[in-house]
Parts: sequence; structure tokens; C-alpha cells
Amino acid sequence: MGLDEAKLLIDGWVRREGSGRDRLLPLLHAVQDEIGYIDDTLVPAIAAALNLSRADVHGVLTFYHDYRRQPAGRHIVKLCRAESCQSRGGAAMEAAAAERLGVAMGETRRDGQVTLEPVYCLGLCAIGPNALVDGRPMARIDTAALDRIAAEVAA
Amino acid sequence: MTRVFISRDMASVALGADDVARAFADAGCEVVRTGSRGLFSIEPLVEIETAEGRIGYGPATPADVAAILDGSHPNRLGDIAALPFFAKQQRFTFARCGIVDPLSLADYAAHGGWIGLDIARAAEPQAVVDAVKASGLRGRGGAGFPTGIKWQTVLDAPNSPKYIVCNADEGDSGTFADRMLMEGDPYCLIEGMAIAAHAVGASHGYIYIRSEYPFAIDTMRDAIALSAGRIAPFTLEVRAGAGAYVCGEETALLDSIEGKRGQVRAKPPLPALAGLFGKPTVINNVLSLAAVPFILSEGADAYANVGFGRSRGTMPVQLAGNVKHGGLFEVGFGITLGELVNDIGGGTASGRPVRAAQVGGPLGAYFPPSMFDLPFDYEAFTQAGGLIGHAGITIFDDRVDMAHMARFAMEFCAAESCGKCTPCRIGSTRGVEIVDRIIAARETEPARTATQEGTLGKALYSRAPDRIDVSLGAQTTLLRDLCDTMKYGSLCALGGFTPYPVLSALDHFPEDFGAPAPALEAAE
Repeated sequence: MGLDEAKLLIDGWVRREGSGRDRLLPLLHAVQDEIGYIDDTLVPAIAAALNLSRADVHGVLTFYHDYRRQPAGRHIVKLCRAESCQSRGGAAMEAAAAERLGVAMGETRRDGQVTLEPVYCLGLCAIGPNALVDGRPMARIDTAALDRIAAEVAA
Repeated sequence: MTRVFISRDMASVALGADDVARAFADAGCEVVRTGSRGLFSIEPLVEIETAEGRIGYGPATPADVAAILDGSHPNRLGDIAALPFFAKQQRFTFARCGIVDPLSLADYAAHGGWIGLDIARAAEPQAVVDAVKASGLRGRGGAGFPTGIKWQTVLDAPNSPKYIVCNADEGDSGTFADRMLMEGDPYCLIEGMAIAAHAVGASHGYIYIRSEYPFAIDTMRDAIALSAGRIAPFTLEVRAGAGAYVCGEETALLDSIEGKRGQVRAKPPLPALAGLFGKPTVINNVLSLAAVPFILSEGADAYANVGFGRSRGTMPVQLAGNVKHGGLFEVGFGITLGELVNDIGGGTASGRPVRAAQVGGPLGAYFPPSMFDLPFDYEAFTQAGGLIGHAGITIFDDRVDMAHMARFAMEFCAAESCGKCTPCRIGSTRGVEIVDRIIAARETEPARTATQEGTLGKALYSRAPDRIDVSLGAQTTLLRDLCDTMKYGSLCALGGFTPYPVLSALDHFPEDFGAPAPALEAAE
């Protein structure tokens, strides 16, 4: 999406949803849902639309883990690193996932096919280790499940 | 046509409930998607409506459809409510969860819904606040502050407008009760918020849900739209979080709704007087608000009659981690930790001995089995150097390395610190480094025989790393000193409570930090 198109998206959203300061997080979510990430070049347009300073928007954008400032891979695999999943062998699955998907935790594979990210708790704590694969929850992750995920994200 | 009940809870779906539901629909059944009953070892659970009531089968797969429909499947469980896991519970808040269609207004009304709201609206606001006070309900988010007193402060506040904010930023590992309630009985939370609004004179409310809970966000948004007429003139909206754990802290959550970085505010002023947008605000956890309809409809006494000491009513306990029968177990306060872990939970899923149970999420203490006689009660846990928190219990077997868990607590605090206060922002990073030195030293140093004191000075030569005393004794002393600073110097519970898991690991599992095992455990 080009810069002009993105600005149209932002302006249209603000007309529908309002331009109060409390709209900043919902607007950032909307931009990311539409474009996949929030490019730094969009910060001035977002700031202008909500009558905030660029520093203000930058501060919020960089505070929250969810907002991406670079494009993600075509598939996103989020693997839980929290205590309950660790108690069920999560650390070993973390290493196995990095190996099978060919990408380090927190990185996007060079071919742009998959991003592997940590998540701290999906609230499925009695059936871990858990993952979200393109938004789909998966429980009891083992090496066989990782093989299926690796095949899925190859497509 | 046969009616079949299958959960649409995120945990059930993660275990394959969607495929099972599709298979039953293809076989010509009428499939009703419910919330989860709350026992995950039998999910995906299928319940068939019969003349004798619902008959459960689980775990089920799509291949089991025919055998379940003709009643011959070996995983037949019968009446789910009669299973020991459910028969021992006192379900006040979760009475409907797993039974009703979460978005059916008819189901909600047929199962006692809206009675509390009607009673509240027929009464004076002060009478509603008095009922909540009399119930003894305390904040279920972890702090345990009396809910009625919080409401009284907002009711008495002269400023307006007033807001109701629901804290659904359930970020603690080992907890999922908020998520289950929002996905399985969303109108219960809505009703509780509408009662709170009437009690304090608020007209608008927010439900702040973490982004890691997409199912809960969708269900709550749908439920708000469907019930808008029933709760009018009160209005509600959902705000999605953005992956910041610290936004579960109430003042950080308020800043996040306002569109700011989720940084903790200094108190006072209390949110009850100057909260969201500087206005008087009731901010309560999901479970606190969801307990209110029961208190109004059944009476404050019915709630207060259950419990232990100053902890009244029920707590939806969550059994998690390496546990055989994990799930949601709502019960009156006073049950012991050991009963929960061993009798209800059935010990570990791996079949190995239980070594530790962390109670209250990433900021909660680790308890060894020798302390499992602790009763579930706010005061008892505080006295034992821990906290109930949101009542999540994460169980670990004997393969856990407690030094690594202490390191993880510090690492998590460093990753999630909002950065406003120094003990949390810097202390957590220094904490990771100290535990790393301890882990390195325990491999090379022989076990100490006694705690070495007076070595703090040498452990603090931070400007001359080569002169730091990296011995176990010095670093352990330094870790305790750092925890003391974080505990008393941090602005909120993130930095202030991170010492709980660290110190409890150090105190109860010293052998993992290169020290001799405590005499009690060595004697076993």
C-alpha cells in the first residue's frame, strides 16, 4: 500500500471512529490489521489525524509489543514462553520450533515466509505448550505438531 | 434432530473442537456451541441431549461421531456435573459457563440472568453498595481490596461523569478464568458492570481485553451489541490491548485506554476519585464484577456464608501447568493448596513427583510440597511470603530448575517493565545478570555450608567488573538485597512483586542455587 493510500485509510477511519486522543490505540490496530505493520513514514499522518505530536505517536507505537514497524512474514507463528508452558516442556519446543521453521525466535525468515514470535500466555495453561498459528490456537505442541506447522507455513 | 453441545472456548478449539463440531453437523445433528465446562483433560467434550439429561463423551475426535451417537463410545462420561471434579465445586460465578449458548439472551434469562440487575435497579444505589460490602467480596484481580468500599468511594465522589472499567488484561501465566467467563458467559460480566453503573451513577463502561484473547474480544463485542437494549441507558465498549503485560496494572490500563503509553501512575489520587480521563472510576477485575449478579440475586449472605477468615465467597481457582486434571475449579476459600494440587488436580501430567507450585502468576511465589497445607486465603498466603493473585496455580514436576525460573521472573519483568521507576526498569536487568552469575558459579563451586554474610560490598564493584566477587555467597546476598530494593522501591506490583518468585525459589529450593538443601526436604 502506498503512502497516499495509507493516508486515505487513516483519514477515513478517523471520520468514522472519531479523532479523540483515546482513539490512538484503536487506530494503530486498524492500520496494522489493514497493512500488516505501521511504517515510520505513517507516523506524521497518524499524528496529524489525531492532533498529536509525532513524538507522542512514536512513544505509543514503540511501547506496545503488538505493533510492528517492519512487515512480518506471510505466516506468523506465536509460541508461548510463559511459566505454564515451560512446566510442560515449552523451552524444548521453543528450540525445536526455531530449528524446524529455520528462523530464530523473534525473527522473520529470510524468504519472508514465516515470523516466529514469543507470546506471554494465551490463557490455555493446562494444555500447553501452546501456539497461535496465523491466529489459530493450537495446544499440546510437540515435534509432530511442529512438523505440521512447518509444512503449513511452507505453502 | 439430536442436539449436541460442544464448547467454542479457545482452549477447546485449540484441542480440535471445531473439527468435532463440524463432524456432528455433517452427521445431521443440531450443534450448540457453548463455553467450556472447565476440565481440559476431557476436551473436546461432546454432550448429547437425551431424555435423562445431557450425556458427555470426551475427549472426542471427528472419527468418534457414530460411536458417540449410538452410545457405544468408550469415553462415555455420563452426567458431567456428577464427575468428582465438578461435584466438589461451588459454582457461583461460573454456574452457567459450559451449559448455555454464550450469546443466547434466552438461555441467559432462563438460567437466572438479569435478576440481579432488576433487583439492583429497583433499589437505591447505596443499598446496592451495602449489599456488595455485606457480601465481603474482595478484588479478584489479586490485590484483594474490598469491592464495596471501592464502590462507596466512587458513589460519594462529587465529580462526573463516572466510569466503570473492567480489567480483562489477564496476563498472568496459569490463569484463564477471565477468558473462560468472557467466552462462556459474557452477559454475566455485562450484568455485573450494569449493576456497578447503577450503584455508583456511571453511564459508560469499558472492558479492556488483552489482544492475546481474540475469541474473548469477539464474544464480548457481540454480547454487548445483543444486550445493548437490556442494559440501556448504560453503554459499554471493548478496548483491545496491544501486548503490554503491565497494562494489567489498573492505572497503566487507564492510561492505555486514554491512548497513552501504558505507564503506571503514582497513587494518590486513587482511580476511584481521579481515574479514567481524571474522573471517578470503578476499576474491577472480570471475576469481581461477574460475582456481583449472584450477590444481588441470591443475597449477600448466600455469598458471605462461604469462605475462610476474611476471604469470603468463592474463588475460581485455575489448575495449570504440568497438571493431570487441569482446569477451572470454583470453590469457597479455605481449601488447602495440597488438596487443589494433588486431590483435585491429580498431581502432574507427566506422572513425576510435584516439586513446586507457583500461585498467582509470574509475580507469585513458588511453594514446595512441604507447604501444601496452606489454606487458600488472602491473609494466609501473605503470611507465607506469597500471594493468591488471580488464583492461578502452575504445577512443576521434579525436572524444574528453580534458578532458571528465578531468572525467568527477572527476565519477564525486564521485558514488560513500563520503565517509569528505576527499581523495576534497571533492577530486573541486574537481577537477570546476578542469577546468571549464580548459575555459572553453582557449576564450579562446591556447595556452601552456611550463608556468607558481609560480602555485599565486594559484590557491588559494578565499575570494575573484574573485581566483582562472583562467588555464590556474595551474589546470593546481592540478589536478596536487590529484591529488597525492588519490593519496597517499585511503583507498582510488577517490580514490587517480582521478588516473590525469586525469593521463594531461593528460600524453598536453595539446592538449585548451589546451597545445601533445607533440612526438612533432606530428611524426606
